[in-house]
Amino acid sequence: MARITVNRKSHDIDVDPNTPLLWVLREQVGLTGTKYGCGIAQCGACTVHIDGAAVRSCSLPVSGAEGKQITTIEGLAQNGVLHPVQKAWLEHDVPQCGYCQTGMIMAAVALLMEKPKPSDADIDSTITNICRCGTFQQVRAAIHAATNA
Amino acid sequence: MNHVVRMNRRSFVIGTAAVGGGLALGLELQIGSGEAEAAASEPEVNAWVVIRPDETVVIRVAKSEMGQGTITGLAQLVAEELECDWSKVTFEYPTPGQNLARKQVWGTMFTAGSRGIRESQELVRNGGAVARQMLLQAAANGWNVPVSECSAVNGAIAHKSSGRTTTFGKVAEAAGKLEPPKDVQLKDPKDWKIAGRSLKRLDTIDKLTGQLIYGIDVKLPGMLNAAIKDCPVFGGKLKSFDAEKIMGMKGVQKVVRVGESAVAVVADTWWQAKTALDALPIQWDEGENANISSASIAEWLKAGLDAEQAFVGNQNGDVKAALASAAKKVEAVYSYPYQNHATMEPMNTTALYMADKCEVWCPTQNGDRALAAVIEASGLSAPKCEVHKLPLGGGFGRRTFTDYIHQAVAIAKEMPGTPVKLLWSREEDMAHGRYHPITQAKMVGGFDASGNLTALHMRISGQSIFASVRPESLQNGRDPATFQGLNPSGPEAAIGYTIPNLLIDHAMRNPPVPPGFWRGVNINHNAIYLECFMDELAHSIGQDPLEFRRRLMAQHPKHLAVLNAVAEKIGWAKSPPQEIHRGIAQMMAFGSYVAAATEISVDNGNKIKIHRIVAATDCGTAVNPAQIERQIAGSFVYGLSALFYQECTLNGGRIEQENFDTYDSMRIAQMPKVESIVMPSGGFWGGVGEPTICVAGPAVLNAFFNATGQRIRSFPLKNHNVQFA
Repeated sequence: MARITVNRKSHDIDVDPNTPLLWVLREQVGLTGTKYGCGIAQCGACTVHIDGAAVRSCSLPVSGAEGKQITTIEGLAQNGVLHPVQKAWLEHDVPQCGYCQTGMIMAAVALLMEKPKPSDADIDSTITNICRCGTFQQVRAAIHAATNA
Repeated sequence: MNHVVRMNRRSFVIGTAAVGGGLALGLELQIGSGEAEAAASEPEVNAWVVIRPDETVVIRVAKSEMGQGTITGLAQLVAEELECDWSKVTFEYPTPGQNLARKQVWGTMFTAGSRGIRESQELVRNGGAVARQMLLQAAANGWNVPVSECSAVNGAIAHKSSGRTTTFGKVAEAAGKLEPPKDVQLKDPKDWKIAGRSLKRLDTIDKLTGQLIYGIDVKLPGMLNAAIKDCPVFGGKLKSFDAEKIMGMKGVQKVVRVGESAVAVVADTWWQAKTALDALPIQWDEGENANISSASIAEWLKAGLDAEQAFVGNQNGDVKAALASAAKKVEAVYSYPYQNHATMEPMNTTALYMADKCEVWCPTQNGDRALAAVIEASGLSAPKCEVHKLPLGGGFGRRTFTDYIHQAVAIAKEMPGTPVKLLWSREEDMAHGRYHPITQAKMVGGFDASGNLTALHMRISGQSIFASVRPESLQNGRDPATFQGLNPSGPEAAIGYTIPNLLIDHAMRNPPVPPGFWRGVNINHNAIYLECFMDELAHSIGQDPLEFRRRLMAQHPKHLAVLNAVAEKIGWAKSPPQEIHRGIAQMMAFGSYVAAATEISVDNGNKIKIHRIVAATDCGTAVNPAQIERQIAGSFVYGLSALFYQECTLNGGRIEQENFDTYDSMRIAQMPKVESIVMPSGGFWGGVGEPTICVAGPAVLNAFFNATGQRIRSFPLKNHNVQFA
């Protein structure tokens, strides 16, 4: 059993405590916006926030997330209003296939919470998500735009 | 302005069988049933256009969306001819079953080869124009006036002399009952108002909120999950497995042999299935390929560089004689490795098999072939099978194949009535790709005493994609696609140089590693071989690489125009700033002319920083320049990731790289500034998803030579300890 709090809602889940948080979110909680890309914390498609920090949920056992605030992409918009980063993504028409973008957005939101006006170097060192479509030019522009929102 | 999450839920019905009402299960995909039911009853004007009473215009898109923007571009072309209000446009995928039942009314669903728009533009524009005429006719009938006196603008229809107006939504139902006109006039692109513009994509919002349902996200009532392992040695077979060892593990429902070579574990959740599969004792019969290695393949290909037998792709003059009498000869051998697509979303398919019906939900670039795969794997007749296409988390050519669909149906067939979602692990994806083919090339150039290039022999040795994938397309054994970008002429992929004595030939060597179409296909290596060697030739006689090329390109004005465009924009005529080094390359492929010029700096002789890439594309006709720019920049990420990091090596008959830790991909820190020049010259339709990928590599390599004097001829660069700064 595990008790986790996802997007402010508590869930009691019958699961092996070693199960990666990613799969609990996708298969038990039913939130599929968090994606599987590699399973070894390389690609960042599974990025969620735990107590406000970006974490690659494919490599964190669900037991490690108990008692903490988990935020997924589904919990980013508030009362139906997009987060400023999502708005910037929309305005810059960032996604191509879109698969990595939820993780990319979660990483960007965490960066902006840490550094409200990140430099290009901050972006380079913090946003290490893989995007095979190659949206990076728009990602960078959207992150900078979100700081002015 | 605040964006409300639910606004513009344009992609709501994607993936459901909205056409013809849909099958019951399809509507349970976490999608508002209200939208889907509305879709079922809305009036269809023709196969391409549905207009709802609230004026929403639903444009049907037969091609698969994998990030390349084809949904938006194709919808722009329909909307242009339809004369509808773009802000009212949404879209949906017809299903392959519908396409078959309606005698391929949407044409082929195959989405590859940068053909999404160029192959179907006439069909979809015609569809939009026919629908417009039917809407006009319906209004004219209602008013009892000649249709020639009615006009449509922005979704509104007017009869000028009487001042009467109506809307598409009001006459759509009546229009759908009319006989479609036989002949319609299509607009000249110079009169376009919707097409040709940098409009935003139609399918973005749900990608930002996590609401978009990809294949991996499909959830059906009572669904189980499967993880699979195919024999890691190509051509090997499954000998045995010990299911008893894992049947007691939590959630495990069944262990299934899949075909001759694979085994799958079916469990309540995928994580349980994968965990149990990892614990399953499996015996493989590795077969005759167990001793194959990268070294043994390389030896075999090397022999092809001087083999007598070779297929000719392009020939003029007498290369042998010209090289024999050349005043100066230059020779170089290049090689290019296997590479995997590594789409971000691993392969997956959800299948439901019943005695009289088989349905699958899958990401595919090849809807028609996906349906054929379901028919074949299920053993049911076509009317009993259906495919629901879902948005793709990357395609790049990998999802033109249907291996994973076959597997999913085979597993579902073992569990009739229970939907099963098969998902590959990343490790399975790396082990069972359809790899970028492996080749080597021997390049020999000859000059006369005045320094004129009189001869070029390009011998490619290595793998043919068609021999494996599409043997019916071979021409007396010759694979014409091997010569992509090197053909003597033609609208698809002609060489841009005139050389008095030229021979480009191919010694085919097909190792037992399955090759596939990998974004750019054969131009990735052909452009490196040709465009790096052109630089080598120029330097060998002390000429500027740009001037050297220009002298050979007088008869290829479109090739030359894109090359000149990048040279001008990067400032080739003036010396670069200190520490900055430039490279240049050009090519034609997928019907488009492309060129790149780059500026790099190199630290410590091996750390490359790419400061800029200027890229030009003449795709003839540009439907959405902003999306074309994204394809150009994106293609460079895919191509440069390959150049710097990626190769799939073989040892013991199996691929050694298992995940992104050993098969790396560029991150934002390595992303150069890409400056795109979209310069459509009109009169033809070229592709945009793939062509530019091939010019970034040689442009960077040529700049690296200028910086270091080192000419790298085998890849990826990491093997030479050359990396991103």
